[in-house]
Amino acid sequence: MKVTFPHMGHTWICLLAMLEYLGLEVVVPPPSSKRTLNLGVKYAPEFACLPLKLNLGNFLEAAEMGADTVLMAGGCGPCRFGYYAQIEHAILRDLGCRYQLVVLEPPRRHIGELLAKIKYITGQNSWWKVIQGIRFGYLKARALDELEMAAHRLRPREAVPGSTDRAFQEALQVIASVRTPAGMPEALNRTREIMFSVAVKPRPVLRVGIVGEIYTLLEPFVNQDIERRLGRLGVEVDRSIYLSEWINDHLFMGLLRGMRSRREACRAAAPYLNHGVGGHGQETVGSTVLYARAGYDGVIQLLPFTCMPEIVAHSILPRLNIPTLTLTMDEQSGEAGLITRLEAFVDLLEQRKAGLKKKGLAQGA
Amino acid sequence: MKIKVGIPRALLYYYYYPLWCSFLQFLGAEVIPSAPTNKSILSRGLQRAGDDICLPVKLAFGHILALAPKVDCLFLPRLISVARREYICPKFLGFPDMVRQSLDGLPPVIDADIDLYRSGRSLWPAFLRAGRMLNSNRWRIYHAYRRALGVQKRYAALLTAGWLPEEAIAAVLGGRGNRPEQADKNKPVVAVIGHPYNIYDSYINMNLLPRLRAAGLKPVTADALAEETLWREVSVLPKQLFWTLSRRMVGAAFHYLRDPRVTGIIHITSFACGPDSMTGELIERRIRREGQMPFLNLTLDEHTGEAGLLTRLEAFLDMVQRRGRSFLPSIGGEEFVGEKETVLSALIPSAVGGR
Repeated sequence: MKVTFPHMGHTWICLLAMLEYLGLEVVVPPPSSKRTLNLGVKYAPEFACLPLKLNLGNFLEAAEMGADTVLMAGGCGPCRFGYYAQIEHAILRDLGCRYQLVVLEPPRRHIGELLAKIKYITGQNSWWKVIQGIRFGYLKARALDELEMAAHRLRPREAVPGSTDRAFQEALQVIASVRTPAGMPEALNRTREIMFSVAVKPRPVLRVGIVGEIYTLLEPFVNQDIERRLGRLGVEVDRSIYLSEWINDHLFMGLLRGMRSRREACRAAAPYLNHGVGGHGQETVGSTVLYARAGYDGVIQLLPFTCMPEIVAHSILPRLNIPTLTLTMDEQSGEAGLITRLEAFVDLLEQRKAGLKKKGLAQGA
Repeated sequence: MKIKVGIPRALLYYYYYPLWCSFLQFLGAEVIPSAPTNKSILSRGLQRAGDDICLPVKLAFGHILALAPKVDCLFLPRLISVARREYICPKFLGFPDMVRQSLDGLPPVIDADIDLYRSGRSLWPAFLRAGRMLNSNRWRIYHAYRRALGVQKRYAALLTAGWLPEEAIAAVLGGRGNRPEQADKNKPVVAVIGHPYNIYDSYINMNLLPRLRAAGLKPVTADALAEETLWREVSVLPKQLFWTLSRRMVGAAFHYLRDPRVTGIIHITSFACGPDSMTGELIERRIRREGQMPFLNLTLDEHTGEAGLLTRLEAFLDMVQRRGRSFLPSIGGEEFVGEKETVLSALIPSAVGGR
């Protein structure tokens, strides 16, 4: 059994760590690229959302490398993601790609349904070992998120352009190469040292929150590295979704305390959006409200073309008291268009901030 | 003076209007539906709704704008789920909020949550809330609710018997009960698969159903099949679909695919419809794999030109005719729709049992 899974940002590091710890043979598909996208676009339904197309491309590329089992998450709607695995499987089957499909669905009748699937994947491992494996994956997610947050903070302030990205890549390698849970504390210390070594110059920065659909937020290939681009424009970004928070909210049922949770965001979404709309629609609205309250300068919403929950959120965002920019990503998205829009948005935010400051001074005097 | 309640002729109007209308009427309100879709309704909706929203929701915005000046309040229930463990689509879940945040100067909105996701049983809490908003007492609300369910049941029975929604609405609410188009009993059948607000709004699909009738064909839809039939057909899927309308569409397509009297299948979807992008793929792949049935996939949007649609429709009808399988005289005298007496239970949510 050679297991593969779809890419979503740095998720592969966590999944690889977990599955290899359990002694499985893993095929990590090549990072999502133009080729992946072209493969996906060629065979996926025209109006399917972008993540499905890229997933499909990942699976096709992994099949070339000899993978024979797909590990996927499921869901129970109303977002389309819940039916991804089945559609992708049907397409792969028609293409003659014989994959064994293992979809981890939220159990409908009994927790046993889910456990049986985990058992199928993990084989002879004891449940204790499986739990240790999951914990290992989670620890890596935590470490990666900490890295990303540090990079968000450093990028607009770095003294030498590009030094943050170099440090980030180096630290990423350190995390990725850890083989056992016992190695994590030491790796964490190393990465912190690496990130601290980036020289900074204090300067005023804009603060922008990035909200939206999880895949577009986490996958730099899809969002065209928006965090790095914003960082270079002198913007400190915060993302409304980090992988470890998502894991805590959705897999551990929010058991771990002291982390930002989706519940907070959903509460903040009222009275603008009073009911969940699937995906991260309600979180998008709620996080935007929270960013506005926290005094952020602006919010950028990211969504794949035709994403239903985010479209609902999009029609509500203009009512919230903060400048927003919505970027729809699909296979046609061009780099130049994105840069122009980001620059224009950042210019507007700067002018607005300067204007507010002036007004504040006038009122103060 | 009676309070005037407006109901937009959009989205699930085609399924639930008799239920809502008779409920509100029994409570003493005057119910005003918006006019059938026309150019000005569509263009007003396009102006005020976000670019990425699908056509049916844009159209609903237009209907609401057309209604707003004429009524005291709007009836826009939040249709979360009309069957156990199923949703309709994310846009229905957020619809009242989208309307409120995008349109200004609206009259008050009655937006009781209709949510059968967990129990699949009772609509009562939603109706109680709606009735309360109209300042009615519990007893009167209950009576209005029971009677409205009766009306809806008659309506659902008419749909199952092959009536189109507008004809059936006129029959159950207005008492004009002449059975339309008895003559097309022996005509060859074409299945039209799509969301009710796309196939029954004749402005947006450019009179597709009348055109099919004029071409000597009998159009049938998912609504002429019993809920049990639809469930049986979708049970071949690897995972249960969690969108009610799409599940019905897939079930109907699979059923008509094997029905010897059906000579072709038309799948209608609106541009950027999320669920359709998935289920359309399921339907198309299955039809192509079996390779027997003429199939036309029409995507509607606000730019759809009549000429383009007609060309494709004509080509499809030629294909149907040439395949010859069709124009056999109907065998025996039996009615096409087998489940004439069964009630379309999905349309009477209180009757939908747990699955």
